[in-house]
Amino acid sequence: MRLEYFEMIDEVASFDAAGQALRARARVPLASPVFEGHFPGHPLVPGVLLTETMAQASGYLVLALTAFAHMPFLMAVDKARFRTFVGPGETLDVAAELDVMGSGYAATRARIESGGKPVCDAHLRFKIMPFPAGMEEGMRQRARQIGLIAETLS
Amino acid sequence: MSSTFETVAGIIAETCDIPREQITPESHAINDLGIDSLAFLDIAFAIDKAFGIKLPLEQWTQEVNEGKAPAEEYFVMKNLVARIDALVAAKNA
Repeated sequence: MRLEYFEMIDEVASFDAAGQALRARARVPLASPVFEGHFPGHPLVPGVLLTETMAQASGYLVLALTAFAHMPFLMAVDKARFRTFVGPGETLDVAAELDVMGSGYAATRARIESGGKPVCDAHLRFKIMPFPAGMEEGMRQRARQIGLIAETLS
Repeated sequence: MSSTFETVAGIIAETCDIPREQITPESHAINDLGIDSLAFLDIAFAIDKAFGIKLPLEQWTQEVNEGKAPAEEYFVMKNLVARIDALVAAKNA
């Protein structure tokens, strides 16, 4: 994770097209400017960044399922629960599964675990729309970096 | 009024925080109720879930934007309800 760059997903562990699910890993850095303020002397990953991590895993899931035809933008977060603290150096297992693929939107359910223990979970919804100019190649490049399987990128 | 109308009106009231009594079969979702496109995606999600259908919202929006259909055809409540009923009937056929 590069928290200050909002690069939350380090690698995609698996993508299941039939099961409409994706698993990813995110390693919390030992140091980050984020920890200087959250909190002084007691570094914790902010809940808003855990939400972003779930959103990014869900977003890559939607991108893979739609073969990068459209870009998902987060539009709703429901039933978000943060069950334990996350500190520097932890490795997070992030899971996202599709709930509904609608017309112009997608809904997912996502969760994060650390060492097998639940960290957080939420129901997320995304507005799906054509890629804004100049965005698509950057998203494809980032997807390659994190190992989203090649056949979804063709 | 049909049960479909009651369900849809309830969804809109809850999703958009609009008083239920303000929503009638003649209400235009955009012009009268002030529902924007993002809010309508929330409504579509709830309708899709409630009725087990997929509202073709992108197609409707495209037709309206291209002048191929008036917005009233899809976004006046009684017309929206009729289209939902048709989608449910097609699903069950």
